[in-house]
Amino acid sequence: MITELGVLPTAEFGHFALILALCLAIAQAIVPILGTLFNNRLWMASARPIACGQFVFVAASFICLVALFLGDDFSVRYVADNSNTNLPGHFKISAVWAAHEGSLLLWVLILSTWTLAVAMFSRTLPLDMVARVLAVLGLVAIGFYLFLLLTSNPFERLLPFFPGEGKDLNPLLQDVGLIIHPPILYMGYVGFSVAFAFAVAALMAGRMDAAWARWTRPWTNAAWAFLTVGIALGSWWAYYELGWGGWWFWDPVENASFMPWLAGTALIHSLAVAEKRGLFRSWTLLLAILSFSLSLLGTFLVRSGVLTSVHAFAADPARGIFILMFLAMVIGGSLLLFALRGPTIARTASFGWVSRETFLLGNNVLLIVAMAFILLGTLYPLVADMAGWGKISVGPPYFNLFFVPLVLVLGVFMAPGSTTRWKSHATDTLIRPALGIIAGSMLIAAGALFLLAYPFNLLVFVALTVSAWILLWSCRDWWQKSASSQGRLLGAKRLRGSYYGMLLAHIGVAVTIIGVALTSTYSDERDIRLSPGGQVSIAGYDFLFKGVVDIPGPNYMARTGRIDVSRSDVPRNNDLSRSDVSRSDVSRNNAPVTTLQPEKRYYTAGGQVMTEADIDGGFTKDIYVALGEPLAGDAWSLRIYVKPFVRWIWLGALMMAMGGVIAVLDKRYRRLTVRAAQADTSAALKEGVGVSFDAD
Amino acid sequence: MKPARKQRLQLVIFIVSVASIGIGLAVYALRDNINLFYTPSQMLAGEAPQNTRIRVGGMVVVDSFVRNEDSLDTAFEVTDGAANIQIQYSGILPDLFAEDEAAVALGYWTSEKIFKAEEVMAKHDEEYTPPEVADAMEKAHQATDKNAPGLH
Amino acid sequence: MFRLTQIKLFIPLLIFIVLASMLYWGLGRDPNAMPSVLVDKPVPLFNLPSLDIPLESAVDEPEPLVNQSVFKGQVTLLNVWATWCPSCRIEHPFLLELAERGVPIIGLDYKDENAKARLWLEEYGNPYQLVIVDQQGKLGLDLGVFGAPETYLIDSEGLIRHKHVGVVDERVWQSDFLALYNSFGGATVSVKGGEVRP
Repeated sequence: MITELGVLPTAEFGHFALILALCLAIAQAIVPILGTLFNNRLWMASARPIACGQFVFVAASFICLVALFLGDDFSVRYVADNSNTNLPGHFKISAVWAAHEGSLLLWVLILSTWTLAVAMFSRTLPLDMVARVLAVLGLVAIGFYLFLLLTSNPFERLLPFFPGEGKDLNPLLQDVGLIIHPPILYMGYVGFSVAFAFAVAALMAGRMDAAWARWTRPWTNAAWAFLTVGIALGSWWAYYELGWGGWWFWDPVENASFMPWLAGTALIHSLAVAEKRGLFRSWTLLLAILSFSLSLLGTFLVRSGVLTSVHAFAADPARGIFILMFLAMVIGGSLLLFALRGPTIARTASFGWVSRETFLLGNNVLLIVAMAFILLGTLYPLVADMAGWGKISVGPPYFNLFFVPLVLVLGVFMAPGSTTRWKSHATDTLIRPALGIIAGSMLIAAGALFLLAYPFNLLVFVALTVSAWILLWSCRDWWQKSASSQGRLLGAKRLRGSYYGMLLAHIGVAVTIIGVALTSTYSDERDIRLSPGGQVSIAGYDFLFKGVVDIPGPNYMARTGRIDVSRSDVPRNNDLSRSDVSRSDVSRNNAPVTTLQPEKRYYTAGGQVMTEADIDGGFTKDIYVALGEPLAGDAWSLRIYVKPFVRWIWLGALMMAMGGVIAVLDKRYRRLTVRAAQADTSAALKEGVGVSFDAD
Repeated sequence: MKPARKQRLQLVIFIVSVASIGIGLAVYALRDNINLFYTPSQMLAGEAPQNTRIRVGGMVVVDSFVRNEDSLDTAFEVTDGAANIQIQYSGILPDLFAEDEAAVALGYWTSEKIFKAEEVMAKHDEEYTPPEVADAMEKAHQATDKNAPGLH
Repeated sequence: MFRLTQIKLFIPLLIFIVLASMLYWGLGRDPNAMPSVLVDKPVPLFNLPSLDIPLESAVDEPEPLVNQSVFKGQVTLLNVWATWCPSCRIEHPFLLELAERGVPIIGLDYKDENAKARLWLEEYGNPYQLVIVDQQGKLGLDLGVFGAPETYLIDSEGLIRHKHVGVVDERVWQSDFLALYNSFGGATVSVKGGEVRP
């Protein structure tokens, strides 16, 4: 029996478990810190079991909420607002995190999962470090528990009057992509809390050395990989679920997830310098704080709705004030600590103008500038509204204007940068191959455009050249580093996991750039009116509209269209303005490609209408059809898109994330943490410099 | 100055200059790429610029929606309670677009007092009215009333 | 004494403080934060027509005048609304639900047209026991109304006990109104006191 757990009803049990988790989080924040102050090993060691306990209770609380959803307990307000008896089971589970309260609960669950992971995989860390890190994570958790319990309790009952039927989940969210997107995105957001906790712990201890950077790196990589997948999933979801084929809108919700990603990417790279060379230490700490602060800002601003309207705060001032206080305490507190305890003694190690340090510094500057642009564009409407300058929105052209050139510049420096040596690199060994690679890249770019028969476009050509540049440099670098007297295979095997991770991630960037450039420029998008039997030719395909039939779904009524797609016998034309509509009932003698069945769904509980596009996905192009509206007669308006290379965008993102995972799995971190923990700073530094073919 | 010190200084100067160039460009670009929001009353009063991309919003007037039989051209009126303007749009409207519901359009205000929309947005869900539209409605009401008490 | 390198470390904190105070200042200006001066004072004196409901008559003629005495004798909600107010439409279904639970609600149709108001109530349902018509906004001025919707809790003596600006929904009702409503002796249909476990 799911709905009754012992003596307490499920909702009250969940609520109670949440309160217990709060108590444990308080203990986790206080006891280990006291232990470090009084040098009491028992108190410090208590951090691990307390963290486990906290996880158990928050997990129990979460399971209760899931059970309430599965049991259709509409006396709980949150369930009544976001579920319905007819909702399919898997959506009942994903409905748990469909709105504010549940997604916060998911947030703390994931936070305590990361905490548990730190507790389990930190055997090689000094005990005082573990105690501090877990205590900081406990502090963050306290804020979330209080927020949940005081302002956003998901277990709140609607008593004594409750509805017999729920309002149903927003149909936009009734999608498989949305089952996994928020948890993975949150894994990324929350994962940065570990880097943050390491940074704050380092500030508290007044110790920030190469060993610190080495402990922090795998955690940061893991969080970054999750965030990458999360963002890619969000983009993919928008592409097929919103029904107009866009994959990135620069809207505040997307920006909120993209900003911590950029800061996190900068952090990954500056951690490399901090570990290997002991440089950029203050900067690295600051980036760790920044990444997590942006994650918090993203979570809260998106969920509180303040980004869409300032008035969202006013609608619920208690939440607004709490959010501001919490952000002020976490961010302000950590920055104050940084100001008081930050490393003041500049490391005197210098590096040449052409060196890996310089390239990584350039990387950091570009990424943070990009982040600042996005932050400005995202917050500007808010500021303008508050200052009474009028209600404005900042359009995608603003973001594209900066982001496109910044990414291209980043790509140009990224490739050679990753092959340079620490300290200083002979300039001519960089310039000579660069000339050859530039020529090769331009040839490849021009050749690709020619083979694909696309008209010339300068921006696309530049983007393809940059991508080829990254690919060629990566190949060259691997070829050189895998050279070995015992044969290339052995040499290749000897290279480290983190090196391959970096290689894969950088190639992923190139793949994404290719996808973005080609799909933005050469997509053929047509909104068109068709009657049954009507046919249209777009980008070398014939689309024959067979009409629409009604098919009932579990909690909706679907009107399903049928479109037969075949390869067109007319020569392909790239003139985007021409369309070729014929009303012949007889399809021409063409090779059939696929049949697409886009839907228009009418959800019964809420009365909402949803467009479900149907996509024939392919490696080099997607054929995308969505139903618009019924018009006079049996005619419909249709969106028909042919989008080349659109999947490469997400493929590249997956490669980046895979690169991150491979780097985390590098044995070096586990092996060397032991050594680093024992070795003192300078020894660790020497070791880092001595490694010439390094991964990062 | 020690070489390391000197290098740090050069670095700081480099970072500061890159960052300030960037911020300067950002402010410049923002000025060109923001879309101001106007209410139908403001537009009819001649406050809205022509040939600049702006946004307009309001409730879609009941029975004002017409569609061309042969193309995807549509026209409808939006109101803030005080004034109506006509919006023309060619394309597919969002799922939640309906008469007597809120809509926001992005496009150009023409000299014929017609708004040519490039994009039409409707509310995201059943309970949500775009805040600009709600504000516009209430402001329009208060503007017509000289005795309006209160703080706005 | 601080050295330059140490002062440098304060820069991020300063930037954050500036940003945060800007944000706080902006959000703090929200008009909804205004408390009503009338809390614990009696409802202002008024003498206004009431809207003719049930809605059979199509004639746009106001019903007999009513005054502040309509609030005497029972705990009542006074809900300020208008057909020109989009938020009122969002609030409306919840008012209907409250009325069903037995909470007496008196409407104040604020600066509106009677015909439109009737049409509204006909179309969306009527949660009000009585609708006071305040076309000039006189009572609204006395009450300190600065926008619709607003909702007042008035006890059986006719004293204003609570004021809420903005939409009342289940959350606001449970957190801001229910306890007060019960403590002044307000009744709901099936239970008194509201503290009932399943």
